Parts: sequence; C-alpha cells; structure tokens
Amino acid sequence: MTTNVQPRISIALISAAVLGYEILLMALFSLIQWHHFAYMVVSIALLGFGVSGSFLVLTRALFENNFRNFAVIQACLFGLSSLLCFALAQRLSFNPEELIWDNNHWLRLALVMLLLALPFFFAANLVGLALIRFRHSLARIYAADLLGAGIGATGIIAILFLVPPASALRIISFLGFAAAAVLWIECRGRLRGIIIGLPIVMLCLYSLPDAWTEPLISPYKGISQLLRVPGTRVVAERFSPLGMINVVESETIPLRHAPGLSLNSETEPPAQLGLFINADGPAAITRYSGDRADLAYLDDLTSALPYHLQTPQKVLILGAGGGAGILQALYHDAGSIDAVEINPQVVQLVRSRFGEFSGGVFDHARVNVQIAEARGFLQRATSRYNLIQFPILDSFANSAAGVHGLNENYLYTVEALKQALQRLDDQGYIGLTRGIKLPPRDSLKLFASAIDALATSGTKNIERRLALIRGWQTSTLLIKNGDLSTADINAIKEFCRRRSFDLAYYPDMLASEANRYNQLEASYFYAGAQALLGKQRDQFLHDYKFNLEPATDDRPFHFHFLKWSSLPELIKLRHRGGGALLETGYLTLVIALGLALLFSMLLILLPLIFIRQDTSRTVNYSSTRVLSYFFALGLGFLLLEIAFLQKFILLLHHPIYAASVVLGSFLIAAGAGSAYSQRFAGQPVSKKVTTTAVAIIIILGLAYLALLEPLMQYAGSWHLLAKILLSIALIVPLGFCMGMPFPMGLSTLSINSPSLTAWAWGINGCASVISAILATLLAIHFGFNAVILLALTCYFAAAASFPELTSN
Amino acid sequence: MFETDSSRHPGTAMLGALLMLAVGSCALYPAQASDHFRDSREQMIRLIEADVRSTSHYLKQSTLDTRVLDAMAQVPRHEFVPPVMVDKAYQNRPLSIGHGQTISQPYIVAIMTDLLDIEPDQRILEVGTGSGYQAAVLAEIGTRVWSIEIIPPLGQQAKTRLQRLGYNRVEVRIGDGYYGWPEQAAFDAIIVTAAASHIPPPLLKQLKPGGKMIIPVGSRYTTQQLILITRGENNEFVTRQVLPVRFVPLTGQH
Repeated sequence: MTTNVQPRISIALISAAVLGYEILLMALFSLIQWHHFAYMVVSIALLGFGVSGSFLVLTRALFENNFRNFAVIQACLFGLSSLLCFALAQRLSFNPEELIWDNNHWLRLALVMLLLALPFFFAANLVGLALIRFRHSLARIYAADLLGAGIGATGIIAILFLVPPASALRIISFLGFAAAAVLWIECRGRLRGIIIGLPIVMLCLYSLPDAWTEPLISPYKGISQLLRVPGTRVVAERFSPLGMINVVESETIPLRHAPGLSLNSETEPPAQLGLFINADGPAAITRYSGDRADLAYLDDLTSALPYHLQTPQKVLILGAGGGAGILQALYHDAGSIDAVEINPQVVQLVRSRFGEFSGGVFDHARVNVQIAEARGFLQRATSRYNLIQFPILDSFANSAAGVHGLNENYLYTVEALKQALQRLDDQGYIGLTRGIKLPPRDSLKLFASAIDALATSGTKNIERRLALIRGWQTSTLLIKNGDLSTADINAIKEFCRRRSFDLAYYPDMLASEANRYNQLEASYFYAGAQALLGKQRDQFLHDYKFNLEPATDDRPFHFHFLKWSSLPELIKLRHRGGGALLETGYLTLVIALGLALLFSMLLILLPLIFIRQDTSRTVNYSSTRVLSYFFALGLGFLLLEIAFLQKFILLLHHPIYAASVVLGSFLIAAGAGSAYSQRFAGQPVSKKVTTTAVAIIIILGLAYLALLEPLMQYAGSWHLLAKILLSIALIVPLGFCMGMPFPMGLSTLSINSPSLTAWAWGINGCASVISAILATLLAIHFGFNAVILLALTCYFAAAASFPELTSN
Repeated sequence: MFETDSSRHPGTAMLGALLMLAVGSCALYPAQASDHFRDSREQMIRLIEADVRSTSHYLKQSTLDTRVLDAMAQVPRHEFVPPVMVDKAYQNRPLSIGHGQTISQPYIVAIMTDLLDIEPDQRILEVGTGSGYQAAVLAEIGTRVWSIEIIPPLGQQAKTRLQRLGYNRVEVRIGDGYYGWPEQAAFDAIIVTAAASHIPPPLLKQLKPGGKMIIPVGSRYTTQQLILITRGENNEFVTRQVLPVRFVPLTGQH
C-alpha cells in the first residue's frame, strides 16, 4: 500500500453514514421519547469524536502502519454498533421525567449516552487515523469527510421520505459495512473477501428481527396511553422527516377530545379519531355528518370567542391539523376559510383516507386547505382576512411540562404577529389560543408579544385593541385591527358569562370582574395584563419569576420561561409538588452543556500528558496555540452553521427544506474548500491562506448579518426553487472558506507531529459538541445574531493562533 | 444535580424488602410486616405535614384534616406498588405501577383528599382507579367509594388487591368513566385521577349540590395544578385552581 492510495470514497461513505445516523437518532429519540431528550442524548453521544482523538493519541503508532485492517474493522464496528447500540439503548427503560425523583435514572441516562457514543467513536477513529496516515493529502481526505457529511445530511432526509425510521437504521448500518468494503478495495485488499462478506452482512441485516429496530415508544407518551384502552387500534400510519403520524380508532370507548370545554357545556363531541404526531397528542379528526348541531361543543371553547364578535367573511386558520379549527369556523357560518397545514400527509389522511369520516371537510365548498408552513404563508399571502386563528397545535402534556423550551418557533414571535396584523382587514381580529400554565406564562408572554407587535406597527391606543379570556384549561387572546367597541366588549362579557370563562383583560376592565369562575390564588392574569400595558412593564418583567420577554425572530423561543434567578427556589420545591414548574427542556440543555464541558476537558487535557512524554524532539508546537486554534475552529464552524440554518428557515419557511439546503450546501462547499486548499497544505503559505479565508468568512458573515433580513423580505414572495437557489448562492462562498482553516492547520501539524494531529482531531470533535449546545443556549438568551458574532470572533481567534513551530 | 429524596431510608426499606422475601408475601406473619412498615408510613406522614405547612399559603390552611393523615397512616401503601418498588413505597414520590400509569405522590394524594372536605359515610366516585391506593385512603376515612378503571388488567388487579386488604367499602368497575356511575349517583365528591382532555359534563351532573370534584392536571410524574370544582347550592359551578406548592410568581410577595 502506498500513500498515494487514498480511501476517499470510503471516508465519504462513512461520513455520510455518521451524519445520517446523527439526524436519524434525533428523529428516533424524538419519537420514542421527547425532542429535548433526543437533543441532549445525541449531542453528548457525539463526544465519541472527542474520545477518538484521545484514543488515537495513544494508539496511533500502533495502527498507523496497519491502516487498512484497522479502518475496515472500525467501519464494520460502526455498522454493527449503529444498530445494536440503538436497540440496547432504547431497552434501558429510561424515563426522563423520573430524573427528578430517582438517581438510578441518571445512571441509565449515562448508559444511553455511552452506548450511543460508540458508533461515533468507531467512525471518528477511521477518519482520524486516515487524516494522520495520509497526512500529505490530508485536505483531500478532509474534503471527502465533509462532502460525505453533506450528502448524508440531505440523503437521510430523502431516505426518511421513502422508508420508516427503523428501515433507515438498517440502511445506515449497511452503509458502515459498505464503507468497509469500499475501503478494502481502495486500499488494494483482495476482492474475494468482499464478494463473500458483503452479501452475508446484507442477509444478516435483512433477517434481523423487526423488534430489534422498531422504536419502543415511551409508555407515557400520548399514543401509548390511548392504546391501553380496550378496543383501540392504529388505523393509519405515515412517516416522513416531519415525523411519524398515527391515527388511532377507539371502538368501544369513544375518544372525546375537546380541551378547554366549558363546564357549562351540555354537549358531547361526535365520534373522533386520535391523530398523533411523533406519538404525541392527540389532535382529533372529528366525524362530520354535515349536521351543524353535532359541532355545538366547538362553540363552548375559548377559541370560539372571535366568532361572537362578528361573522367573518374570510377566515385564516394557521394549522389545520385534524380539522377542528375548520369545523369551528363552519359551525359559526364563516364565509370562506383558508387553512394552512405544514404536513402533506396529515392533509392527505384527513382528505382521502378519512375523507368520508370527516365529512369531506377539507374539500368543503367554503374551505381551501393549503400545504404550507404557517409563517411562510403569512408572508406570501396577499388576501386580507376578517379573522386569523392561531389554534393550539402542540400537545397539552408537553406544553405543561415545558419540554418545548428549546424549540424555536417562528409563529409566536413579535414579527409574526405583526405580519398577521398586516393581513387583517380593517376591524378584523386575531385569535390566539394557548393552554394555561400556572403561574401564568404562555398566555401573558403572548400578551406582551401582541403589545410589541401593535407598538411596532405604529398603533397608538394599544390598550383598546386587546382582550384576554381564560377557562381552567385554555386562554384566548384577541387582537383587533381597530378599537374594541362597546358592542364587542358586551359580546365578550356575555360569551364568558354563559360559559363560566374568566375575563382577564378588556379595555377599562375593573379588577372586581376578574378571577370569578376559575379562581386563582390572586388575579394573576388580570394583574399581569395590566402591568404589561402600564408604565411598570419593565419592573414587572424583571420581578416576574418566569421569563415573559416577547419572542422575536432573532430569539424565537416563545416556550422558554425559565429564569436562572428562580432556579434555586424551583429545585427546592421539586419534591413538594413543584416539579411541573421546572422547565425540563431548557434544563436538559444546561445539563448537556455541563456534561459536554466536563468530558471535553478530560478528553482534551488527558492526552496532553502522553503527548508531552512523546514529543521530546527538537521542534514542537505550542500546545496552547494548537488548542486555541482547533477549539476556536470547532466552535466557530458549527455556531455559524446552526445560526445560518435558523436565518434561512425564515426564508425557506420549512424546517426540512432549510435543514437539507443549509446543511448540505455548507458541508459540500466546505468540502470543496478543503479540497482546494490541498495545494497549500503544509507549505509556509498556508498561514496566509488561512488568514485570507478567515478574513472572507468575517466579511461575509458581517455582510449577511446586515443584509440578510432586507434580502429575505425582498425575496419573501419568490418561488421556493428561487429561494433555494438564493440560499445556496449565499452559503457556498461562506462554506467554501470555512472548509479551509481546519485542513491547513492540521497539515502543518501532521508533518512534524502526528500525535498532535490526533489531539487536534479530538479537540475539534469536543468543540463541535459544545458548540451545538451552546448555539441554542446563546440564541435563547442573546439571539442568533449574537451567535453569528461569536462565531466570527472564534474564527478571528483561530486565525490569530495558527499553530507555528517553536524550538525546544 | 438533584439530591436524593430526603424521605428515603434505603437501609430500613431494604430490610423491609428482604423481610418480605423471607416470609413470602407476608401471609404468615402479617403483624410483623405491618409493624415494620408502620415506621416508614409515619415518617411519610411527618414529611407530608412539613410540606403542607410550607404550602399552607396556597392551600389556605396550615394543616391537613387529621382524618386524612390518619387514614394514610393506616393504608399499607407498599401493597399498592409492584414488588420491585416495595422499598420505595413510602418515599414521597410517584411510582410506576406498569401500564404507563403511576401511583401518585403521597403528598398530592393527601392534599387532594383534604381539598374534597369529606365526611365519613359520604359517597365518593373515583374515575381512574389505578393501583387503588386513593380509593383505599378514602375508604379508610369511612366513605363509600365507587371507582372506575379504563385499563382492564389494572382494574382487575386493584379490585383483587382491595378485596384482599379488606376494603369492602370500595367497588371497582372496569370501563368508561365518562358517564360516571349513574346507578349510584349523586355523589358527595368526585375525584378524576385519569387524565381528561376536558371535564365530562355527565360527571358534573352526578355531583350533589355542595359537592366537590377534584382533578389533578399535569403529567404522570409531576402535578401542575389541582382543579377543585364546587357545585353551589344553586347548581352553579365554581372552580379553584390550586397550585400544589407554595410559589408566588412575583419576587417580594409572600
């Protein structure tokens, strides 16, 4: 084997498999557990890359001359462990909710992370050793790694459109073995082994029992709970990168889904089917016979309020789901109804598979259902509406447990409400319905956001345009494009009185009118609304123990309510009935960052002892510079990638398109940049090349920071394809430059100090893990623009600490 | 980052578990087993009392009805949890009982029962039997309990368990709780421990004037709030939303 034989295809294959595996694990754990838990587990598992760096520092000398066998074994181990470790991890019967009660669950959590780190460790060993072994063409190897990752990021999304997650897992596993086979060929191994080996592997993977890979959904998720009821069964199942959809029928005991139903209601919902997304829910698909009387229960929800102020001629429902919002509009004789639904499979199910059951509600003469992301629709829409309804889309249990804390959401931001206001007719209404949290969080934060949206739209008498009502379960906020009239206010009062809903705010409301039917210890909603509209707003926001600062497009975290200052009190109260006040989503992120920092420190510092013993040569590199350079690069790369992913979601308006376009373009362009930089590798000019690349990154980054927003507004109404091309055009130059500094630095090291190369590989891995978690945490507190600025600072710091030889 | 539950005493609890194993389901020596767990139970009661004192602001009372605590001091909670959980039975925490269900945290059981303001011989409807523990506590106070469980194996287990333990004042039925138990209506109190997307109107109708209904809202492991509904003498419903913890949302308020 000679050094000019480079296993580039196999490296690309394994990298594609690794990135695909990462995204797939997120999808799988979001299904079997919850999104925030998936985020934490997968983030930490990626520390397998950091461990690999330390491992290679110690063992490099042993394996470097036996690269082929070592690499083939690692690829096979990736193939094997990607499947087995997931199968084992999901059988550990770990329940995130029990973490506050049971220390054993911390152990199980650690085991889950450890198991899932293994596949990443094996894959990183392969790529890391290849970078050392083929140090003279390191930039090309790294290019193959990035290119593969780019293909993996988009490929897995394509795969998830075609096969269920369990089958995708087998494909990923197979890719590991395929990478081993290709590597064997690339490194001039005998073909006989491949011809016999690969079909055997395929057969084994194919014949594995389904139970090994089938997701075992937590018994505490909505679908598991419903399926315990006798006579229930799943009648339809669909999957896509947007998640798993299940429709459940309950034959003997009817499903009766009407959250927020007034206590005075005499009506029972008609037959319903449960609609679950990623096992969460349900939302309901309701039987509609065409008889309006069957839908009377929909008039006893807080969300029916706007229909009592006027009979709207044109309604927009942002989230069609199972069709409840549409039925409510039909019940109230709304003229024409536009409804937006992001998930085409949900639309297809309600329209076709359950078309007869749902009375063809999606094809009703007055209904127009569009497949679109709600925010994107608001931006593109040209019509004006008398009423825009924001129904509850997320599941109640999750919302109450605060697991959405770290989910970005562009529908409840000040800018989104502003856009909705622009789409309203004169005297039109917006209705925003949310589940109630106690003490109030969600509803008051939305109230504050509405105030800001009205203020930034130039409205003067804001206090005359808002009304807030609440039941024990839901609240509805009303925003009017005009002053609420006396007739409006009387209608609101009458609506609430008949249904025993409470008034929380309307213009000139008296304190004595609040807190009558659903009595809280104090009139928190009324007092909160008054404070937010008054001069003491800032003081109130400061004193309130939860974060009620309105979400913006730069900080789109409406569901994040936790304040650090309240944390000690909340932790103290967790066993005294206060567990629900702890926002688990945010806390898992903080815990993940803590773990990542701790392990990274160990993984970075421990190998240094061996390196110091190993490098008794006359020339060396400052380990501080090496650490700074590769740590800053690892942080910078992912911070930029994640922040721009968020920015481009606002242009492409679809999380899946945005993820594939942004990740794919970034990684493939970075791969091209790395390949291009090969010509400068190991030469004195490489420092200059790096400095130039970093300078371009900083200039482009700052330019995008200033220009992206106006550009996105300008391109807002473009066709999707044009938007995708624009995104690619903007990302490619940035990504190209971002692909250069890492191989430039690494090549410089690799010539004189292979141990440091392995160390740098580990540092980069650790920094990437920290960076991914840090990006979200920083965005929650300071916004994505701040994340971009920090990333650019990291690149600057990297350029300033480019590793240079020092004499001993 | 979270501490161990302060109520936990692994040494004694472990001893209890070993003793259980040694005597084989305690059938031969019920008195010894019962004596042993009495200490754990009393400790649990003291813990609940301390928690209630700190939550009194919200509950609008500083102590719980002694009848509730006396009842909880009598009910052998360890009989209501799966065998592997026996050593944790008297910790102040919810525990899994299988089928995706839990036995509630004793503290929550205590305040829920207390908020119902019940008297002996009253008629109580429970929707969601679960392990049967809540029904046993109610029966121990001297009320008659009709309990409905939707999950057949869970209902069957609870029924057998309650019979075995001599809780003859509890009747368990397996089925849909939405329409309540019309043959036995009206009730002085209704307790809805099964998660509900809304409060079923038929249940409200089965509440006597002046009667109370309580519904815990939240997940299986954390209770977000307790909904206490009172049917006034003129049949109007008034709801109190009670946070099961002393917590005021604004700093500087007590």
